[in-house]
Amino acid sequence: MTDTAMTTTAVAETRMEDRLLPEKTIGQVHVEHPRMTARAVDVHYGAKKAIDAVTLDIGERQVISFIGPSGCGKSTFLRCLNRMNDTIDICKVSGEIAIDGHDIYDPSVDVVSLRARVGMVFQKPNPFPKSIYDNIAYGPRIHGLATNKVELDQIVETSLRRAGLWDEVKDRLDQPGTGLSGGQQQRLCIARAVAVSPEVILMDEPCSALDPIATAKVEELIHELRAEYTIVIVTHSMQQAARVSDRTAYFHLGKLVEVGETKQVFTNPVHELTQDYITGRFG
Amino acid sequence: MTETTVRVLSPQDAIDRVGATLKRRNRSELKFQWLGKSAIGLALAFLVLLFAAIFSNGIPGLFQHYVTFDVTLDKARLDPAGDMSPSSLYSGDAEALVREGFLAALGNPEGRTKTRAARGILSSGSAQRFVDFVLDNPDAMGQTVAVKFAVDDDIDSFLRGFIKRETPESDRRINDQVIAFVDKLQADGRISYELSDYLFFGSASRDAEMAGIRGALIGSILTLFICVIIAFPLGVATAVYLEEIAPKNRITEIIEININNLAAVPSVVFGIMGLAIFIVTFGMPRSIPLVGGIVLALMTLPTIIISSRAAIRSVPPSIRDAALGVGASKMQTIFHHVIPLAMPGMLTGTIIGMAQALGETAPLLMIGMVAFIVDVPGSVTDPGTVLPVQIFMWADFAERMFVQKTSAAIIVLLAFLIVMNASAIWLRKKLERRW
Repeated sequence: MTDTAMTTTAVAETRMEDRLLPEKTIGQVHVEHPRMTARAVDVHYGAKKAIDAVTLDIGERQVISFIGPSGCGKSTFLRCLNRMNDTIDICKVSGEIAIDGHDIYDPSVDVVSLRARVGMVFQKPNPFPKSIYDNIAYGPRIHGLATNKVELDQIVETSLRRAGLWDEVKDRLDQPGTGLSGGQQQRLCIARAVAVSPEVILMDEPCSALDPIATAKVEELIHELRAEYTIVIVTHSMQQAARVSDRTAYFHLGKLVEVGETKQVFTNPVHELTQDYITGRFG
Repeated sequence: MTETTVRVLSPQDAIDRVGATLKRRNRSELKFQWLGKSAIGLALAFLVLLFAAIFSNGIPGLFQHYVTFDVTLDKARLDPAGDMSPSSLYSGDAEALVREGFLAALGNPEGRTKTRAARGILSSGSAQRFVDFVLDNPDAMGQTVAVKFAVDDDIDSFLRGFIKRETPESDRRINDQVIAFVDKLQADGRISYELSDYLFFGSASRDAEMAGIRGALIGSILTLFICVIIAFPLGVATAVYLEEIAPKNRITEIIEININNLAAVPSVVFGIMGLAIFIVTFGMPRSIPLVGGIVLALMTLPTIIISSRAAIRSVPPSIRDAALGVGASKMQTIFHHVIPLAMPGMLTGTIIGMAQALGETAPLLMIGMVAFIVDVPGSVTDPGTVLPVQIFMWADFAERMFVQKTSAAIIVLLAFLIVMNASAIWLRKKLERRW
C-alpha cells in the first residue's frame, strides 16, 4: 500500500469516528458482584474533556482489560480508580467512583488508605533504588502491616512467591532491585503492589516494556492472581487482552464504546469501531 | 496504487553530492574539535601559571628562620610567685633571661650599640615564646637548655637575600653590626630554616615573623559552620517546597524569579544588608562569626536552592508514582524517596555554595570582620576574622615577609577548598544510586 492510500483511509476514518460514537455504551456495563463501580465519570484536563460519561462495573475477582487506540482515555480512567490523577493539578474528576459501595472521591476518604486497597503497577518497571527486600517491605512498613521482623520477612516471602519471583531472588534479597532484568523488575513491582494486601490491582500496560518471554510470565502471573484479586489491566495488545481478561472494555475518544465478556467482544463485537480496532484496521 | 514516485536524483548523483558535503562536514567537525582542545589547553596553561606563581611565593612563606641558643631557666627570676601559673611567669623576668642567653651566644658583646644591634635580631615575641616553652616544659626549670627563637622579619629577609649586603649601610634596614652578628650566628650553626610554627599556630600580629593564620582559619571554620547549618536546611526545604508542594501559580513564579535574581546580587550588597539588619537593627556585635555566617548563608541560599531544585527535578517521576502507588503519603514520598535520591545533587550545590562563601571577603568587611584581632575566636560570638580577609589585610602590609605569608595563606585557603571539594565528590559518589 502507498502513502496516498493510507491517508485516504485515515481521513475517511476520522469522519467515520465522529459519526459513529455511540450515545450509550454497548454491552453489559453492570455485573453481579461489583468491587468497584463508576457512574457517569467525566475527567477534564483543563478545558479538554478526556473521559466522557463512563459508567462501568469492575467485578470482584475478575480481570477486566481496557483496550483502545492511543489517547482514548483508558489510562486516564484507570488512574481515576486509585486517584493517581490527584497529582495532576489541572485534572478534574466528576461523577461517582466507589469501592465496595463507598465513594472514593468523598472528602472523608484518605487517599493513602485508598491506595493501600487499590494497588498499581506501572508501564515502565519502577522499582525503588533499594534492595529487593526493601522494595517489597516498603509498603507494609509505612502502613504498619507487620509488627515485627518475622512478620515482615513473611510478607516479603509471600509477596515474592505470589509474583513468582521468590526462587529467582531468594539468595540476593539484599541486592538492588534495579539490578534485575526488565521482566523481573516488573514482577518485583507486582510483588510490591501485592505486599500491602490490596483488593484491586491496576496495571497500566505492564508488559509494554518487556520481551515476549517476560510478557508470558507476567500474563501467567495475572492468571494466578485472579483467584484473589480484582485486576484492571490497560493494554495495547489485543492478544494479551484476549488471553488474560474475563471482560474487555473498548474505549474511544474518551467514551466507553463497548464492554462485555472478552470472548464475545473479540469474536462478535457489536459496534463498528470495536470491530475495526480488533481486526486491526486502525489503532 | 502503483509506483509513481519521481526520483529527483539518480543514485550516483546522490552519492556524489553526499560525498562532497561529507568532506566539508568532517572538516568543520575537526576544526571544532581543535578549537575545543586549544581552549582546554589555554585554561590549563593559565592554571599552571597561577599555581606556579602562588607556590613559588608561598612555599618559602611556609618556612622561616630560627636561632637556637642556651637559656637558663632561673626559677627565682622566671617565676616570682613560685606557682608556675601563666600570670606569674608573665610578670617574671623572662625577657632579661632570653636577652642574657642571646648575648652569651654572641660572646657577650660590650657597648650600647652592640647590645642594641643584638636585641634587634631576635623577634620581639621571644619572651612570650620563652614563657610558652617554660609552661610546656616545667621539668626543665633550673636547668640551662637550648631554646629555638624566631629571628626578626628583617633578619629573615636578609637571610633570604632580599636585603642585600652590598647595599650601602645607610639605605639598608639593618646595619653592619647586625650583619656581623648574624654571620657569627650562622658560622656557629645556630640559624636554622624550618617550617614556620607561627604561621599555623600564631594569630594576627603586626610583626611579620609572628603573624599566623590560626585565628583566621578557626574564624573561617566557625563562619562556615554557621553558614552551612543555616543555608543547607533552609535551602533544601525551600527547594522541596517549591518543587513538590507549592502550587504552580503566579506567586510561586515571582518567588522563583526573585530567587534566581538573588543569585546574581553582588556579595557586598549582602554585607550591607547584614550590617543594617543584624548589627544596626538587632544590635548584634560586630566582627563575630555568627553574623558573618548568617550573611554568607543568605548569600549562598540561592545557589543551594537552585541546585537542589535541579536535583529534585532530576528524580524520575516514576519513583514518585511508585511510592504513591503503594500508598505513601506525599510527605513520605518526599522524605523516603525524593530527598535521598536528590541528596547527591543537593550536596554538590551546597559545597559549591560553601566554597563560594569560604572565598568571600567583601560582605565580611561590611560587618567588621576585618578588625585586627589577636585572640583566636573560641566560639561563634567571639570577634574574629576569616582567611580571605586575613589575606586581604596582609597584602596591605609593607614588610617583605608579609608578601610570602600572604601567598602561604593563599595556599592554605586553596588546600581548604580542595579538601572541601574532595569531600563533596566523595560524598556524592557514596550517596549516588542508580535507577
